[in-house]
Amino acid sequence: MLWETVILAFREIRRNVMRSSLTILGIVIGVAAVITLVTLGRGATAQVAAEIASLGSNMLQIRPGQGFRGPGGASGAAKPFKEKDVTAIAQQIAGIAAVAPLTMRNGQVIAGNVNWSTNITGSTTEYLFVRSWSLAAGRSFTDSELRAGKSVCILGATVKKELFGDQDPLGARVRVSGITCRVIGLFAAKGQSSGGNDQDDFLLMPLQTLQRRIVGNDDISAIFVSARDGVSTAKVREDIEQLLRERRRIGANQADDFFVRDMQEIMSTLTGTTRILTALLGAVAAVSLLVGGIGIMNIMLVSVTERTREIGIRLAIGALEKDVLLQFLVESVVLSSFGGLFGIAFGLGAAALGARAMDMPFIFSPGIVAVAFLFSGGVGVVFGFFPARKAARLDPIDALRHE
Amino acid sequence: MMDQSLATIIELQSITKVYGTGSAAMPALRGIDLTIRAGEFVAVMGPSGSGKSTCMNILGCLDTPTSGSYLFEGQNVASLSRDQLALVRRHYLGFIFQGFNLLNRTSALENVELPLIYRGIPVAERHRRARAALASVGLADRERHTPGELSGGQQQRVAIARAIVTDPTVLLADEPTGNLDTARSREVMELLTAFNRDRGLTVIMVTHEPDMAAYAKRQIHFRDGLIDDADDTVIPGRSA
Ligand SMILES: Nc1ncnc2c1ncn2[C@@H]1O[C@H](COP(=O)(O)OP(=O)(O)O)[C@@H](O)[C@H]1O
Ligand SMILES: [Mg+2]
Repeated sequence: MLWETVILAFREIRRNVMRSSLTILGIVIGVAAVITLVTLGRGATAQVAAEIASLGSNMLQIRPGQGFRGPGGASGAAKPFKEKDVTAIAQQIAGIAAVAPLTMRNGQVIAGNVNWSTNITGSTTEYLFVRSWSLAAGRSFTDSELRAGKSVCILGATVKKELFGDQDPLGARVRVSGITCRVIGLFAAKGQSSGGNDQDDFLLMPLQTLQRRIVGNDDISAIFVSARDGVSTAKVREDIEQLLRERRRIGANQADDFFVRDMQEIMSTLTGTTRILTALLGAVAAVSLLVGGIGIMNIMLVSVTERTREIGIRLAIGALEKDVLLQFLVESVVLSSFGGLFGIAFGLGAAALGARAMDMPFIFSPGIVAVAFLFSGGVGVVFGFFPARKAARLDPIDALRHE
Repeated sequence: MMDQSLATIIELQSITKVYGTGSAAMPALRGIDLTIRAGEFVAVMGPSGSGKSTCMNILGCLDTPTSGSYLFEGQNVASLSRDQLALVRRHYLGFIFQGFNLLNRTSALENVELPLIYRGIPVAERHRRARAALASVGLADRERHTPGELSGGQQQRVAIARAIVTDPTVLLADEPTGNLDTARSREVMELLTAFNRDRGLTVIMVTHEPDMAAYAKRQIHFRDGLIDDADDTVIPGRSA
């Protein structure tokens, strides 16, 4: 009986292909929009998450100044850090895996007659750990090289490519902002960040070397800290803030002249944003499904009126109320489920195109597809019920007399 | 006279039907007593508006009387619920209407199968019985035709096939020949007579054409919502 009803519903829908398609359009558009946005949203989140992970997810960045947006945000205006700050953090803060002080400079790197402008970073071996850099060839700095400020450097993949092409640069000498450095290592490539920055376009040398021989002071422009796994970065951050306030003699009602950026916090902000976005999408979906549902209800009511005589015949022949109710309910559910299926197909297609266009990963989530399908079916039940009940409650005599 | 030994199928006692309420109340039936026995072929006659259709609707369990009792095979069905009435129709009754009332754009075979679907009969048997019913009304070669592709007489024969495919106890026909010319009407009457004679099918038929009423074994006459007892005639020659 149910099978017969389903076949009947398909036939009824096929009889009015044009009308049926227009009826489900609302649901198709709603479902497609949600599927597209959710799929693209997941792709974007995954991309940013991967990027943060490549920065080092347990990492805290400490810089002078008041953040990027705050008043007097230019980090140059505030007092820079010194070697003693780094030692204090390393010794007094619990739960830290590594501390990397760093200073950066833009400068020219010359090898032979090739010239390349890049970012020159001075730091320690800790930097490799904190930023999860691995070496493609060569070695990192030795303690004596760091202490003595030896003229050695490790090249980012882009710098190596620009200066040496396919040649092996290990052991070669390059001029970096006027001093001669020996290349001792090569970083494995990380590629572009989502902001379009080439992360491999940099050169690393010992902090002392950069400070003494290029910059000419002992300022440290940032400290990167890596918290141990399982340690709350929020706690580490608090401790660091307190320590630095003391060291920099900042009063209780004075604003910090440094800031700590917590990658895990950025990550959770991001997931929070994703959650808000999802809720918003849910609202969009609800509205469009409501509109789609009203469209279906409207057409089902028209259909019940058009088919009053048919209903009369069925009732006279011995159909029960529930038989007629089921017939029209199945019809509206089949109709709305079709809307859901088409919406899912269009949505996934649009998401695939969008992901390609925006160079993002396409992440298929079966969960949201299943939910979208069930919801569209549910719309058929909810909005088909009233017309179906109207049909089921018709008086057989009146219905038979209907023209 | 009527063969009293035959089982009583239908017994109407003091049936009234009033449409509307209050000052608009309009009695369509004003106390009908009627007994129908198994195997009868009854023609219901009477002027327009005399209550024939109203009475047929009650007999057909499509409507309930305002008062009185209706015993169908000994069971009082006068106060059954909608769904209970539907079950009586499903299992015991067959209908033929003046306007054929077939499903449009649906083949003759599927139209005939319809009551079997509601009876939950499996596909194979359904096809077999529907084909047999169509063959019995001479439309074996029109299975795939839709009502639009059939003449009026053929449509009414499909409707007859649909009515008898379930082997009902009683066949109710409200002016079955009202939309047909005389030749087509005679075909329909021959079929009804044959089903009544060969299968013992009880037939109650409304008509206002004496020619058609003459096919029946018994005629009852309605006048102003009452049955004219004097006119309740049994045609001796056709009596069983
Ligand atoms: N649904 C209805 N509502 C109100 N009055 C009705 C209805 N059906 C029939 N009637 C009235 O009841 C009377 C009997 O009608 P009906 O049984 O159809 O007569 P017949 O079939 O003998 O021509 C008529 O006066 C008709 O107007
Ligand atoms: Mg009538």
